[in-house]
Amino acid sequence: MNFDLSEEQRLLRDNVERLLAKTYDFETRRKIAAGPEGFSRAAWARYADMGLLGLPFAEEDGGFGGGPVETMLVMECFGRALPLEPYFATAILSGALLRRAAAAELRATLVPLIGEGKLLLAFAHYEAQSRYLLHSIATTARREGDAYRIDGEKCLVLGGAEADKFLISARLSGATHSRDGIGLFLVDSSTPGLSRRSYRTQDGERAAALSFAALSVPASALICDDAAGAIDAAFDEALAALCAEAVGAMDEALKLTVDYLKTRVQFRVPLGSFQALQHRAADIYVALEQARSMTLFAVMGLSESDPHRRRTAALAAKARINESALFVGEQAVQLHGGIGMTMEYKLGHLFKRLTTIRRLFADTDHCLDQLAESESLLAAP
Amino acid sequence: MDLRFTDEDIAFRRELREFFAANLPEALRRKLEQGGKAEKHELVAWTRILNARGWATPHWPVEWGGTGWSPVQQMIFRDELQQFPAPEPLSFGVSMVAPVIFTFGSEAQKKRFLPRIANLDDWWCQGFSEPGAGSDLASLKTTARRDGDFYIVNGQKTWTTLAQYADWIFVLARTDPSAKKQKGISFLLIDMTTPGVTRRPIQLIDGSVEVNEIFFDDVRVPVENLVGEENKGWDYAKFLLANERNGQARVGLSKARLNRIRQLAAAAPGGGAPMRDNAAFRRKLAWLEIEARALEMTVLRVVCSESDEHGQPNPLSSILKLRGSELQQATTELLMDVVGSFALVDVAEAQPAPPDVEWAHGAAATYFNLRKLSIYGGANEIQRSIIAKSILGL
Repeated sequence: MNFDLSEEQRLLRDNVERLLAKTYDFETRRKIAAGPEGFSRAAWARYADMGLLGLPFAEEDGGFGGGPVETMLVMECFGRALPLEPYFATAILSGALLRRAAAAELRATLVPLIGEGKLLLAFAHYEAQSRYLLHSIATTARREGDAYRIDGEKCLVLGGAEADKFLISARLSGATHSRDGIGLFLVDSSTPGLSRRSYRTQDGERAAALSFAALSVPASALICDDAAGAIDAAFDEALAALCAEAVGAMDEALKLTVDYLKTRVQFRVPLGSFQALQHRAADIYVALEQARSMTLFAVMGLSESDPHRRRTAALAAKARINESALFVGEQAVQLHGGIGMTMEYKLGHLFKRLTTIRRLFADTDHCLDQLAESESLLAAP
Repeated sequence: MDLRFTDEDIAFRRELREFFAANLPEALRRKLEQGGKAEKHELVAWTRILNARGWATPHWPVEWGGTGWSPVQQMIFRDELQQFPAPEPLSFGVSMVAPVIFTFGSEAQKKRFLPRIANLDDWWCQGFSEPGAGSDLASLKTTARRDGDFYIVNGQKTWTTLAQYADWIFVLARTDPSAKKQKGISFLLIDMTTPGVTRRPIQLIDGSVEVNEIFFDDVRVPVENLVGEENKGWDYAKFLLANERNGQARVGLSKARLNRIRQLAAAAPGGGAPMRDNAAFRRKLAWLEIEARALEMTVLRVVCSESDEHGQPNPLSSILKLRGSELQQATTELLMDVVGSFALVDVAEAQPAPPDVEWAHGAAATYFNLRKLSIYGGANEIQRSIIAKSILGL
């Protein structure tokens, strides 16, 4: 067991940190958010140049062979700066799905495109009835000759506003909540029969609702006909990555809060001299570090060969991160007072991103209920 | 970064478990599992078994009986002892006074005391707190006045854990009454049989007699029992408390209690169905299991950074006391939830325990007893102030 970063890992983290510090300060982010697309193509090209977009893919597929630790380092940096590009949607979530579900030929075509920044992908999966169940899919795909006909609706497709292509989960057979019979399709966003309504989410990022009305795609669009395992694994990776992003955001929120406590003077003394506020800040620090520990636990879990153990590690981490995100976000705003409530100051945006992460993919009660169903988290040594 | 236990680590765990299973009396294991404590003779016997195996003092320098284990192995050893559960060697000896002696003591002190500490030939207790010096330890008033080859010690210590068994006590006493608060304090080793030392037991709210008051009336302590330099005792005390903090997460104890809660919940009446099926209870249990894992990872982060030998203690270690105590307390509350109103029976008064409450044995006593965790070793409020000042710079 060793928590030290390798030379390459340290370099990766420092480079990402430097890039974001130089090109993505808070004022820049505000301008980008107000722009027509709500994210920056120039920034996307810079991520490509730095190798970040191909990072999570295997070298034989045209990627850079990064693992969960590398993803964690990048996401933590992103959490501090809150860039608006669909890195998580394309490289992490869709990327994990491609790696698990797509055949080698397809990977060889897509991964270089993603790596070069020429393909934005989004995973269209969630549906109105799903809540946090990963296999709840009512969208259907029926074979019609050489084609599939897809009908249904997807909501909250992260990165869906700008995606060039969608990975769409649709039911080939079975009941709505069945684990079996889930197919995964790769569909161009301009395909007739696919309509998209884009919107901004609370964190300033963008998502879309999709509806498919007799969407007809060639049979070759079906890239996996039994995708439940790949979907599970992709969400485990996605949860670990989100946890890391939240740690970055909490770290930044704490830093801003401590700076504020040291400089803001009331009653002729810095706020930080009041013990009530010191202790609250200490509790924020503890919540952050416990979240960091559980992110490492989830990252460790991703190397588990048993998918069940991997899942419980990811859910356990997500629960801890959710609660830390709530506490750190709310208390950082509280300690800032009025300035923490404004759109023109970074803290509020960190809080909004943390609040979003807290609700993404699994809320705390869902995590706890799933964990209670399974073997004890303490069963392993 | 490599976030897995090695095959050697896993084999090491197995070796420890096999040794504990073969050498610890089952009745003692069972008693500890139910929240009971080892009697003096039980702890002495067990310590000697460990010592004969070379495992009573893993963290000591190898020349004085340390095992040379890596920090991760030492952590595994503590974890396995706590989870088994098997008694841990007496911390006042092996983890508190011994490191002070082997770091700051004279050669004569090392030779005289360390082997007897390792074998629990001498039972040590801690003379720090006083009636007027709790969290503000440096305001202590016990004095040690030099008189030829002796110090004459006068004063009172309190909250002295297990002093009823003790042969020796390590004491902070004021040797220079004119010096400022933290200056002028010395670290003395005092034989409990010395004339003028008296003890008075204090009963705690769990019914146990665990702590005592110790009175010193003109107690003559040979100068050779001063550790290190006169008036430098505060530095040694800070060193001791920093060592102490690292061992206080005690995640293994929380894990063991959570596992017991899980077992009990399978049968514990929950109103029509076992507690195991109670949705609110299940969420609480799952949450505490997550908290145990989180704290364990934090411990590992601290332990692994120690092996770097950067010299500086990892600031994270201040979390260990804080979260470790809170987690242990939370597990005792959940144990009370499981046993429900059966926890109300005062088992100590009802011997033999009525058979229908035997399984609830220890739940209330443990709950009451472990309130101490957030009070001793630097109250949790003190820990928060340490984090705010030394880590956050407030």
